[in-house]
Amino acid sequence: MLNDKGRPTRPETAGAASAGTFTGNKGLDAEEALIFEIGRPEVSGVDLPAPKGGRTRLGGLARTAPLGLPGLSEPEAVRHYVRLSRKNYSIDAGLYPLGSCTMKHNPRLGEKMARLPGFADVHPLQPVSTVGGALEAIAEVGRWLTELTGMAACAMSPKAGAHGELAGMMAIKAALQARGLDRPVVLVPESAHGTNPATAALIGFEVRAIPARPDGTVAAADVRAAIDDRVGALMLTNPNTCGIFEPEIAEIAAAIHEAGGYFYCDGANFNAIVGKVRPGDFGVDAMHINLHKTFSTPHGGGGPGAGPVVLSERLAAFAPLPFVRVEAGKPVLVEDASQTRDGETPYGRLTAFHGQMGMFTRALAYMLSHGADGLRQASEDAVLSANYLRACLSDLMTVAFPDHPSMHEVLFDDRFLEETGVTTLDFAKAMIDEGYHPMTMYFPLVVHGAMLIEPTESESKASLDLFAATLRDLTLAAKAGDRDRFAEAPRFAPRRRLDETRAARAPKLKWEAPKPLA
Amino acid sequence: MRYLPLTETDRADMLARIGVQTVDALYADVPADELLDRLLDLPTAKGEMEVERAMARMAGKNVTAGSVPFFLGAGAYRHHVPASVDHLIQRSEFLTSYTPYQPEITQGTLQVLFEFQTQVAALTGMEVANASMYDGSTATGEAVLMAHRITKRRKAVLDGGLHPHYAEVVATLSAMASDTVDRLPPDPAGDEDILASIDAETSCVVVQTPDVFGRLIDLAPIAEKAHAVGALLVAVVTEVVALGAIEPPGAQGADIVVAEGQSLGNPLGFGGPYVGLFAARAKHVRQMPGRLCGETVDAEGKRGFVLTLSTREQHIRREKATSNICTNAGLCALAFSIHLTLLGEAGLTRLAALNHEAAVALADDLAALPGVAVLNDTFFNEFTVKLPKPAAAVVEALAAQGILAGVPVSRLMPAAGLDDLLIVAVTECVTADDRAALVAALSAAL
Repeated sequence: MLNDKGRPTRPETAGAASAGTFTGNKGLDAEEALIFEIGRPEVSGVDLPAPKGGRTRLGGLARTAPLGLPGLSEPEAVRHYVRLSRKNYSIDAGLYPLGSCTMKHNPRLGEKMARLPGFADVHPLQPVSTVGGALEAIAEVGRWLTELTGMAACAMSPKAGAHGELAGMMAIKAALQARGLDRPVVLVPESAHGTNPATAALIGFEVRAIPARPDGTVAAADVRAAIDDRVGALMLTNPNTCGIFEPEIAEIAAAIHEAGGYFYCDGANFNAIVGKVRPGDFGVDAMHINLHKTFSTPHGGGGPGAGPVVLSERLAAFAPLPFVRVEAGKPVLVEDASQTRDGETPYGRLTAFHGQMGMFTRALAYMLSHGADGLRQASEDAVLSANYLRACLSDLMTVAFPDHPSMHEVLFDDRFLEETGVTTLDFAKAMIDEGYHPMTMYFPLVVHGAMLIEPTESESKASLDLFAATLRDLTLAAKAGDRDRFAEAPRFAPRRRLDETRAARAPKLKWEAPKPLA
Repeated sequence: MRYLPLTETDRADMLARIGVQTVDALYADVPADELLDRLLDLPTAKGEMEVERAMARMAGKNVTAGSVPFFLGAGAYRHHVPASVDHLIQRSEFLTSYTPYQPEITQGTLQVLFEFQTQVAALTGMEVANASMYDGSTATGEAVLMAHRITKRRKAVLDGGLHPHYAEVVATLSAMASDTVDRLPPDPAGDEDILASIDAETSCVVVQTPDVFGRLIDLAPIAEKAHAVGALLVAVVTEVVALGAIEPPGAQGADIVVAEGQSLGNPLGFGGPYVGLFAARAKHVRQMPGRLCGETVDAEGKRGFVLTLSTREQHIRREKATSNICTNAGLCALAFSIHLTLLGEAGLTRLAALNHEAAVALADDLAALPGVAVLNDTFFNEFTVKLPKPAAAVVEALAAQGILAGVPVSRLMPAAGLDDLLIVAVTECVTADDRAALVAALSAAL
């Protein structure tokens, strides 16, 4: 059906009744149909010359049926995606305190640099004589990462944090195998991000959980108690997922090393400690670095990320292909086992080509802009801002682990909401009505109703003050019994709460053409 | 520092509010002897102009594809991307948003993912598609693991035409997980018998079409044999524009289709970031890796979208998850989807036809050169030629003359003894003059 603007709609998107408008639109907040509802197969937003229609070499495999793909002209397409974009929250538009995700400002210089034709318009398999600058950029990012972490080498190809975990754990497995050891068990604290146990299991490790202490940290004694001759590695996040620097980190590292195992550190929270302490100095053997967190390449609505993994002397030889070796100041690309030297025993390949070059250039722009001094200042400001919020809120909200200073993020539990009937989820949704993206909810799993708040170094003091005041107001409202403000939230977002149970029970994962009326 | 809003006064006020003297007091849990008291051995902060200068100098050392006659493919393709694509993906609300965990304020990203999944399913001829993987090669690795879960078998058969990087990704993952891989040797002549390698132990057979040498593969008989022994067919596509011209893998019996989506919307970018497509039969949806976006309604009954079936995923299932993937390729998927929306069916069909006809014209011209043979009986926009000399040296010589002639097979498989083979790709970006330049230069070099 068509509305009076000539835009086809579906009955359920019109929403006239609830919005109180004919179109369903509310001022700047426009409803937008799917491309399959507004597009037509014969329309194209790209002008291409007509093919001449000569002989083909497709054998008998030419396509015989239509695909059912709609097209939009350029103005229609631009309007469609601009309207959709306006339904998204973004760090550019407001504070985005998603703990562990590090939503800091994304400098636009990175976008400009990544789009230089010398980086963007270069094929990964061009003769190496034509890509010297690209290899130099990769080597330079690797140099920064190894220096900042105090590690021996950096494998650049992993595509995201979880892929970097895989890269690092494979290096550990390869090293254990090279020593002839059968060590199938990996120790993983209960507070770990879900990717840690998932990664270990993916390559055949058994996961053994380490409990968290009541103060939110891991005890070296508990690690020692869990170690036996089947344990090959420990996976630990530091600073940990509760936002605390593990105070017994040196003893924990020593424990796993004395047992002949390796220490994998999840580097998701490296942004708290850049220039302050080096993971290599506290005994890490492998650690991935989320360039989209610490080095602020844009999150893009869920990627692309990049997850280079730094390796200690003990693991450097096992770095996967391809890698860039620097010889006499010149980058040399090693793509195949036949190009390796003594002491280089790569365990294989993790992805086609060389990794997330477009993220390397953005991260390099960020590193060069900040410098060693600016990176340290950014970490200090991130930690300062998290502790400042904590100081502003700790009399009203319950800090989960008050015995330790926070690093770049502060963890609250839901004790302060007891007896109010308001849940962490309700509280988060009420933040949306106040114009904020909620914090990370219900993670880590080791505290009840977790709220993990990471303000980052990108917020001004005025912004932090308004945010703290807002959370105080919400907390007081909850305690005062203003249930509707929470139960009904969000009221001012493009959508009210969505029925996730319905989505999972009868999954509708693509658009289907409406059935013709009988 | 231009990115840091706090002033020294702010910092002092904030420390006072916290009740500590210095910021280092907040690092009290760091062992004292490990807290750095010096700046690391790296340069200090720079202004925008200095950074631009340093990076432009590096970028300037690379030969850009757009500046020369350019014929490289083998898993990454240079297509013209409409200007509006790059503009739209730089909208703040797409670029600087996170994974859509709060659906009420991320309907933009979620609707894009729903549209993307629908487009990918249509393009591949499959019933369901996920919200993207890192790239085609890692998607292939995940497809093999998914086939193992479904069939409860652990041996994958990899066709000799599978891109060697993809095969190495599968082999690496499989070796680590103690699974078996039967990797057939490269087969530029096209006379391998993959059917003979499929047996009752096989969980899946992985076949790329067009294959790395450019040949189109008839998947139907492979699917038939695989299904007869209870195995799955995983079809791999590294050049999705081909799907504008050839029968979709889903229509040929594939059970899982994975693809590299870079060709639409995404630059060559020296190999990444790209976007992996992953599509399957609906009955296997709960074994799929990665994020899935589904339709639902909100509290007022309005249509909306959410991430769904997350009980497959690592943040819920931990060590029992279908994959460890978390972040994927959101913005690259957006670029893919916008480009495909702009093309539409009519544009994609025409784009594919233009690619094919330009490739046919070049193949004919090269075949006429003395000593050069085109090995392919079929192809889309890429084919393999046999030269009378080692291809790598020829490519190097032509690069010195400002022509990027293709990918020597020896670059991808140094040990295969196929040093005289060159893989040549032709897209709509290649002009008739470019083709003439390659023919003339090759003629002179051989």
